[in-house]
Amino acid sequence: MRYVDEFRQRELAQQLAAAIRKEADPQRQYNLMEFCGGHTHAIFRYGVQDLMPSNVHFVHGPGCPVCVLPVGRIDNAIQLVEQHDVILCTYGDMLRVPASGRKSLLKIKAGGADIRMVYSTQDALRIARDNPDRQVVFFAIGFETTTPPTAVAIKQARTEALDNFSVFSNHVLTPAAIQNILESPEVREMGSVSIDGFFGPSHVSSIIGSRPYEFFAEEFQRPVVIAGFEPLDVMQSALMLIRQLNEGRHEVENEYTRVVTREGNTKAQSLVAEVFELRRTFEWRGLGLVPYSALQIKKAFAGLDAEQRFHVPAISASDVKGCECPSILRGVKRPTDCKLFGTVCTPENPMGSCMVSSEGACAAYWSYGRFRQPEKSDTREDAA
Amino acid sequence: MCLGIPMKVLQIDGFNARCEAKGVEREVSLFMLQDEEVKPGDYVMIHVGYAIQKMTPQEARSAWEIFDQMLAADGPPDTTL
Repeated sequence: MRYVDEFRQRELAQQLAAAIRKEADPQRQYNLMEFCGGHTHAIFRYGVQDLMPSNVHFVHGPGCPVCVLPVGRIDNAIQLVEQHDVILCTYGDMLRVPASGRKSLLKIKAGGADIRMVYSTQDALRIARDNPDRQVVFFAIGFETTTPPTAVAIKQARTEALDNFSVFSNHVLTPAAIQNILESPEVREMGSVSIDGFFGPSHVSSIIGSRPYEFFAEEFQRPVVIAGFEPLDVMQSALMLIRQLNEGRHEVENEYTRVVTREGNTKAQSLVAEVFELRRTFEWRGLGLVPYSALQIKKAFAGLDAEQRFHVPAISASDVKGCECPSILRGVKRPTDCKLFGTVCTPENPMGSCMVSSEGACAAYWSYGRFRQPEKSDTREDAA
Repeated sequence: MCLGIPMKVLQIDGFNARCEAKGVEREVSLFMLQDEEVKPGDYVMIHVGYAIQKMTPQEARSAWEIFDQMLAADGPPDTTL
């Protein structure tokens, strides 16, 4: 049965590819940004780009939470451990991200710091319960899907009066980042990267619903298709975007009707609204300061906010010299444009965040060997 | 980190559920699905230890087929559920 399914998938992929070739107008270019690292991964893993005609390009966006966190916030986390002797709980992806001074969470852990990798905020709560004499900080990162679990943990800690637990919030928002990319000078003025349409991330959208995208589809006149993470989902969504562009439409469509509704998961939204509020501004790697693009813990829960408890300072740290992560995250450059790529920067020894996370564009380029062959999309700059 | 993993619900105790996928069992939170009816035998999408949506058995199976292919090709996965 499995082989029948695989055959069927291949056949479907070929049919979709044929439909895209037929409908894509050879007179125009289609630059489609997949915002989410999950899509980047699917596109590379399955060679979806190779099935596209030469005028349909995937532009990789800043949708990997590990990649967009600026160095200064990782420095902050390291300071929490080194200066305040906290137990720092973090998702595994953050461990290897390079911080200032050639440090990383993994390196200071090897040096004896108490850093625990957790799979869930529930694990972090458990560590706090088991270590009542120690301060336990959960290093919270992620987009909309990862925020509600943090909100649950904060509420639970309040209920249990778990006084030694706090959260260092780095939660960020998808629509704000997409808006920033469309408004950035590179996109508006220099024209070096023109983005014609967006793939919306399905998991994020299952929480926030499709409604938040409606504003900017209208405002910036770009179509958005919310796409699942399987290769066929991505191809189907590409076809939907191409159709919208051909017909001059800019609507929010939902390829992922299986789980995404217009309203999203209202329980999760109300949890987040109860615990978090918008930050006036937040620094993103690659995008700089983006207004109202991140969440901070509300005053009512300030006692559980690690930034308040430990007076976390704002640190502006620079990326490794020569690292092109900022431009890659904006979709202006490709990993192969970076001098460090594949030379000093590899998944085993990453210099920049895009090489650390398996959802980062550089890691995907490296892992699936896309850089070893000349790309069809090399003509993009000339054509744009 | 961002992956959602489909798992089958085995047992429910309040907002906690014992779930299983590929012979691996984990405690997950049903806190975000409290407005929906979840019962043993159902499939749910798990993201960082929390069930974020119900799935049909077909959706769960097709997602796992993709993961199986990735596991076969890539070696040990990022296990952050």
